[in-house]
Amino acid sequence: MTEPEHKAGWFGEFGGQYAPETLKEALDELWRAYQRYSEDREFQSTLSSLLRDYAGRPTPLYFASNLSKKLGGAQVYLKREDLVHGGAHKMNNAVGQALLAKVMGKTRIIAETGAGQHGVATAMAAALLGIKAEIYMGTHDMARQRLNVYRMKLLGAEVHPVESGSKTLKDAINEALRDWITNVRTTYYLLGSVVGPHPYPTIVRDLQSVIGKEIRTQSEEQIGRLPDTIVACVGGGSNAMGTFAPFISNTEVQLVGVQAGGQGLESGMHAAPLIAGLPGVLQGMRTMVLQDDYGQIRTTHSIAAGLDYSGVGPQHAYLKATGRAKYETATDEEAVAAFVELCRLEGIIPALESSHALAYVIKHAAEASKDSVMVVTLSGRGDKDVESVAAFRGEIL
Amino acid sequence: MTSSRAFSDGKRALIAYLMGGDPNPSFCYDAALSVIEGGADALELGIPFSDPIADGPTIQAASVRALSAGTKPADVLELAGELTKSVRVPIYVMTYLNPMLRMGLPAFARAASRSGVTGVIVPDLPVELSDEWLVAARAQSLETVFLVSPATSSSRIDRIVEKCSGFVYLVSVYGVTGERSSLPDYAQEFVSRVKNRVTIPVALGFGISRPETVKQAIKLGVDGVIVGSALVSRLANSERESALDELRSYTRELKAATLIA
Repeated sequence: MTEPEHKAGWFGEFGGQYAPETLKEALDELWRAYQRYSEDREFQSTLSSLLRDYAGRPTPLYFASNLSKKLGGAQVYLKREDLVHGGAHKMNNAVGQALLAKVMGKTRIIAETGAGQHGVATAMAAALLGIKAEIYMGTHDMARQRLNVYRMKLLGAEVHPVESGSKTLKDAINEALRDWITNVRTTYYLLGSVVGPHPYPTIVRDLQSVIGKEIRTQSEEQIGRLPDTIVACVGGGSNAMGTFAPFISNTEVQLVGVQAGGQGLESGMHAAPLIAGLPGVLQGMRTMVLQDDYGQIRTTHSIAAGLDYSGVGPQHAYLKATGRAKYETATDEEAVAAFVELCRLEGIIPALESSHALAYVIKHAAEASKDSVMVVTLSGRGDKDVESVAAFRGEIL
Repeated sequence: MTSSRAFSDGKRALIAYLMGGDPNPSFCYDAALSVIEGGADALELGIPFSDPIADGPTIQAASVRALSAGTKPADVLELAGELTKSVRVPIYVMTYLNPMLRMGLPAFARAASRSGVTGVIVPDLPVELSDEWLVAARAQSLETVFLVSPATSSSRIDRIVEKCSGFVYLVSVYGVTGERSSLPDYAQEFVSRVKNRVTIPVALGFGISRPETVKQAIKLGVDGVIVGSALVSRLANSERESALDELRSYTRELKAATLIA
């Protein structure tokens, strides 16, 4: 879309479709349907209306004046995806794919969720369009995101607890894939990030690109030019990919992805495959993967459930390999500090995931001149994380 | 040794699957001998993987046990090597792609070949991405068995069979591995459709766990059946000596069912 893709589904040596044979025809069917409806005016007009009237787009590009003043460097703008219906950018993708499921005649939607935001967005979109939704979620994440679990149930979705592996996002994806293999004839797998076998990394990126497109228009309008630096957090990497995609050819715009440093890279307790991983094949894609010497996938740690993943979208692996984007980490501690800072300075409670991107900005804004502009995508709101933050600070609610 | 040994003289092959290193290497070695004594015509050894997306709960649990016992991919290949010294049935290795990539495809092929492995089965390696592996495998005279599912179109079956050697692995159901009480109603159409397009043997797997299902499969016209979860769960659920007896006698029942038709 925004850069030459040598072959559909490949980003340099990353991406591809390493899927079990049973899914091959379904993935092809999905790709054909996606291409067809990307060109279909009625579909696109329905989607635009839903994004505007249901999801609440466009979201503001907000100048964080108090934060900027305190940091004393770059002017910091927040792309307010926390204001999207459901509380995160996840709705941009969920409503688009749910609409696709509907026109494809699928009667059942399954999805995985980490922090619960994609599960909630999927449950909402499915309720709206009258399709049954079933959500897979690791039991570790269910415990730390129990409000989102109940929200999904209220919205009419069924939540399947996943007990395998580390009981987090990766294991939820495994279980969703197994369900899809079993029920592929009736079921649409609504993947929530730019991961998995082709065509998911492309579809999810395209649907999330509304974030970056709006940033372009809004920064032209509000500051008369493109930003100097754009920062977003990267777990699977959908909000970052949607933010970066429309800027890839503008090489003067610096792109920065922030992964979960957890307790520090040296501790091994992190979720930073782009920095500490190796190329491998996981869950249908060739990408950077946290793995041991024998090719077993390593478990991860992050205070942010939505970043707690051993792989990453293949296009991020490509942007890193080509040097077009740079990737850094923020630790649990830095993310919580950034979380509190934004609450106090701007009266905005950010998601712990987004707080990793904020932590980068807090660390580096002062290095930049006062006429430079940094945009950070605030991928979601942090109401869901209040308990985790309290626990991290040793406070009992 | 090639696959032809398992399928020779119109014999219907019983292929037994065990997870390599489950629950530990020596127990697994004895379990393999038990199923071969029970009449298995070939053995499939799994390399445990942390994220086995094509496997149901039984094989997942076996992966966890084998990994907890410290089993590495090279250990499973060594186990295969020990077995090929003492038994005369083909041994296949079933593995997800990432452990092979980590070792390096040529190195993996060399190690498998040194162990006397007949062929390799990789459920997350689609035929169109297999060229690099096939070069490595052919250089070591290893067979590569591809899977075909009921969802696979006829034109795609042709593309798969072109690259497939040894036998074609027919996935009997829309689903992951695990015990099921009978074959789905579309199995006959599926088996016939594949049989009409291939000249090498076809073996049906996934969900075949009882002698009655084996008979049902043989009647559909397949050249072999693959039984995994039913054996793995027998190994998991009892003490060593009784598990080995049970595996031997159950394999005997399964083998007898292949002789019915």
